Amino acid sequence: MLQVILDHYNYWIAILLMMIGLYTVVARGNLVKKLVGLNIFQTSVFLLYITMGKVAGGTAPILDDRFTVYSNPIPHVLILTAIVVGVATTALGLALVVRIKESYGTIEEDELNLLDGEM
Amino acid sequence: MRHHRVLRIISKLLIPFIMLFALYVQFHGDFGPGGGFQAGVIMASAFILYGLIFGLENARKVAPPAVVTKLVAAGVLIYAGTGYMGLFKGANFLDYGALSKDPVAGQHLGIMIIEFGVGTTVAAAMITIFFLFAGRDR
Amino acid sequence: MIITLIDIALLTFMGATALAILRLRSLFAVVMLSGIYSLLAASMFVALDAVDVAFTEAAVGAGISTVLMIAVLALTGERERAPSHTMWLPMAVVVLTGAALIYATFDMPAFGAANAPVNLHVAPRYLNESFAEVGLPNVVTSVLASYRGYDTLGEVTVIFTAAVAVMLLIGGRKGDDAGIKNEPADDAVDDADSDGNGDTA
Repeated sequence: MLQVILDHYNYWIAILLMMIGLYTVVARGNLVKKLVGLNIFQTSVFLLYITMGKVAGGTAPILDDRFTVYSNPIPHVLILTAIVVGVATTALGLALVVRIKESYGTIEEDELNLLDGEM
Repeated sequence: MRHHRVLRIISKLLIPFIMLFALYVQFHGDFGPGGGFQAGVIMASAFILYGLIFGLENARKVAPPAVVTKLVAAGVLIYAGTGYMGLFKGANFLDYGALSKDPVAGQHLGIMIIEFGVGTTVAAAMITIFFLFAGRDR
Repeated sequence: MIITLIDIALLTFMGATALAILRLRSLFAVVMLSGIYSLLAASMFVALDAVDVAFTEAAVGAGISTVLMIAVLALTGERERAPSHTMWLPMAVVVLTGAALIYATFDMPAFGAANAPVNLHVAPRYLNESFAEVGLPNVVTSVLASYRGYDTLGEVTVIFTAAVAVMLLIGGRKGDDAGIKNEPADDAVDDADSDGNGDTA
């Protein structure tokens, strides 16, 4: 039983974080909060990938004569670029939020829907 | 931030080391952890720290937006241009082995150049984005 | 054993921070917590041997994105309004999806298994051959810049595109263009005029 928990704890936490992020995106009305939720969701996916690449007893994939077991470098490559692209797209989302604030005077979803309904 | 003497002096001391560290991460990324993406972000954070402490106007003098925006494109061009160098030498696109007589040395050279391109684009993009957000309210 | 404990502690902290982010209404606190969350994620990546990723996450998540979020809060205000209605439907969807995903994890290879499918495909080839082919000790750099050079070129182009898009969105001076709110009214007037012209012509 303990072994089952230890074998899957990383996956479970990744899923928990993913669901917290998803819930923040869906259920919270503030657009900045939604973006933070999206970032949590994103990090949970990173965690899932890196977890899958870990090899027990391995070390970081930087070759050296002293080590023989290395963790899988491919998830690292994929996630490394994804993080930087993630911040660039977050900046794009924040720019949209700034423009929405300037045009509508609010960034709360309910008020935005009301303003759109009036038009 | 005019009156925060501690912040101003400490950041003045730190910024050169942050930049030096960025360059180390950039060019030592082949041997240890690091590379263009990390170095670009660290280099950008040095400029962002300067902008936060000494004001946006001074930061714009140090890194003129007209130059920085061109660097965003320059990095991508360096990367793609290295790819085309392979084509001109008769190999495949982005095959750095053709850049030198010895394929392994060519690979090393090619990786060095494209990592520099990556670092340039990432640093310039982050600085540009920071300038735009911080300058929006005035 | 100690590594396992560190893993579990860091992951639990991450979960707790994410829950606090969900519950807090002061956006300033939310942004600060998201910086802490990124730092915890970076520590977690070190524990999982992904030093390059940890490096990036620490610089990007805890540094740049926190600064950007704070700059945006200065423009948009730092209080979140209380939700106006109960959120049972999203909660039900999230709980169901989470339960399904957790059920699926029992088919996943155990954490750290060396014979997991993900570790059997090209990874051993990169680890064994890359030093002879590329000559760099850091396999992540070899794969990133050489074996998957196209991929990285695409990622750099995405960053370039995002920077250009941000420039287009907020690069001009404030008030350069008419607010979106006013446009439909103007359009309506224009439409009426053109209709009238059409009738007379």
